[in-house]
Amino acid sequence: MEFVNPLTGFRLDGRRPNEMRHIRGEVGVVANADGSAMFEMGNTKVIAAVYGPREVQNKSQQLNNQALVRCEYSMANFSTGDRTRRPKGDRRSTEISLVIRQSLEASILTHLMPRSQIDIFVQVLQADGGTRSACINAATIALADAGIPMRDLVTSCSAGYLCTTPLLDLNYVEDSAGGPDVTVGILAKTEKVTLLQMDAKLPMDTFENVMQLAVEGCKAVAQYISEVLLENTKQLESRRGM
Amino acid sequence: MRDLQVSLSQTQRVRFQSALQQLKDLSPGSGPAATVVVADSIPVNLEDSVLKGHGTAESDGQLVATVCGVVERVNKLVYVRPFRARYKPEIGDIIVGRVIEVAPKRWRLEINFSQDAVLMLSSMNLPDGIQRRRTAVDELNMRSIFEEDDVICAEVRGFQHDGSLQLQARSQKYGKLERGQLLTVPPYLVKRRKQHFHHLEDYGVDLIVGCNGYIWVGEHLETGENVMLEDQDNHMEKDGQSNLKLKGDQDEEGTFTSVETRRNICRIANAIRLLSALGFTLSLEAIIDTVELSFASNISVKDMLAAEFYVQTAEREVQRRVSKLRKKA
Repeated sequence: MEFVNPLTGFRLDGRRPNEMRHIRGEVGVVANADGSAMFEMGNTKVIAAVYGPREVQNKSQQLNNQALVRCEYSMANFSTGDRTRRPKGDRRSTEISLVIRQSLEASILTHLMPRSQIDIFVQVLQADGGTRSACINAATIALADAGIPMRDLVTSCSAGYLCTTPLLDLNYVEDSAGGPDVTVGILAKTEKVTLLQMDAKLPMDTFENVMQLAVEGCKAVAQYISEVLLENTKQLESRRGM
Repeated sequence: MRDLQVSLSQTQRVRFQSALQQLKDLSPGSGPAATVVVADSIPVNLEDSVLKGHGTAESDGQLVATVCGVVERVNKLVYVRPFRARYKPEIGDIIVGRVIEVAPKRWRLEINFSQDAVLMLSSMNLPDGIQRRRTAVDELNMRSIFEEDDVICAEVRGFQHDGSLQLQARSQKYGKLERGQLLTVPPYLVKRRKQHFHHLEDYGVDLIVGCNGYIWVGEHLETGENVMLEDQDNHMEKDGQSNLKLKGDQDEEGTFTSVETRRNICRIANAIRLLSALGFTLSLEAIIDTVELSFASNISVKDMLAAEFYVQTAEREVQRRVSKLRKKA
């Protein structure tokens, strides 16, 4: 199957190889959460809710010098083409929960909130490839909304390599082609990598190109996210007054 | 619009947008760099030694914000004041909380902080009003004072060396709250004031604005300082009565609240819900003004949370701020 048209150079959904899908973020979508956000990348749509820092529920897990960060990833039954039976608890979700937790924990200043716990819940409402990245982006906005101190914004984006072309932000069709899929998460300002996943083999020089593309994507996402947050903060400020 | 889902009609939406725009114009223009988000660098002159406060960190020789909020500068101190965050206690704050556990010699309270607060049996006045050592019997009777899920008002006493938060309730005005409702609002909307206990005489309602964003609206009860002033015998007698009241919830005389008062409680509660959903500061004047506006425009209690009054409240807030600015000028 041709994923990049050899004549026009366009992809199946009409994007250029280095073009991202349309992204959209919204702050404050869950009423009872301390922070919440929704994030869309094309047809992928995820919702994130952050609770905490709050009292540790399981006392044996309490850490005396830093906060405990927990993350739960789940996919809504209706998020994929055929309904999934178990929305959470399978191997895939457990792995993604772990990945999201680790990449976000790298940026949260956990030592400022000892003996407390931060819960991050992310749910995929529509899955169209790149749910991992979308979840991390949504969770970052939600954490910032909850007023949890962070070193930097963690943003994530994926890139792949199909038809000898590096492609940015794969959708479901491109993702299921079975080619290499590199998911990168970075601390936006310092460009430190907090997440790097690839389930295939790539030659060194190609990999560098693909990864560079993904990092560019992350930076674009970070730019957008900080605009959304600034808009939201200004809104809160002007409404409160004084 | 975090907790209020209203569907506005076309005209209402236009009115609402223009009200918000006016609020934006009215808010003092505090420089472009005053509002920061995570990882924004804060312009400071590092040569004249600055003190890095909360919400800031240093990276690559630059001062960066770690939360979203407004940059504040006090002499050499630079810090970022976040908007939406959990409550951060300060000593002397008046808070409202809910008992989640009765532990030996102490109650654990949920107060919207990153940890549970502790109210020791020894740091509160006993119902009999006598100053004495707390005995084992007192400890066994703790549930007759506060039970799990009771709502309590108390004061922040201080931090223990291990970082846990201690409360105290050494006055008649603190203690269990009954016959009313508890509201939770974002704590940044509550300002620290001299007075957090309000008695609204017109409505027969007590309003306790906890610094932690928990607000109590309940029927007015005649307790507090004036009881203390009366002579000792009388005092003892009254306390005995109130103790009975605490025990017997079915005590029909003590627990009857008139329909009118209940309506007033709901009306004030809805006014607070509305203001907090709109993100306006919860000052007493704003709350009373909203309640009066709802009376003046003949809006029933349940319609207060509907679209029309939502927009009206926003417009009213604009008016309030305009008149306040005029007064200043």
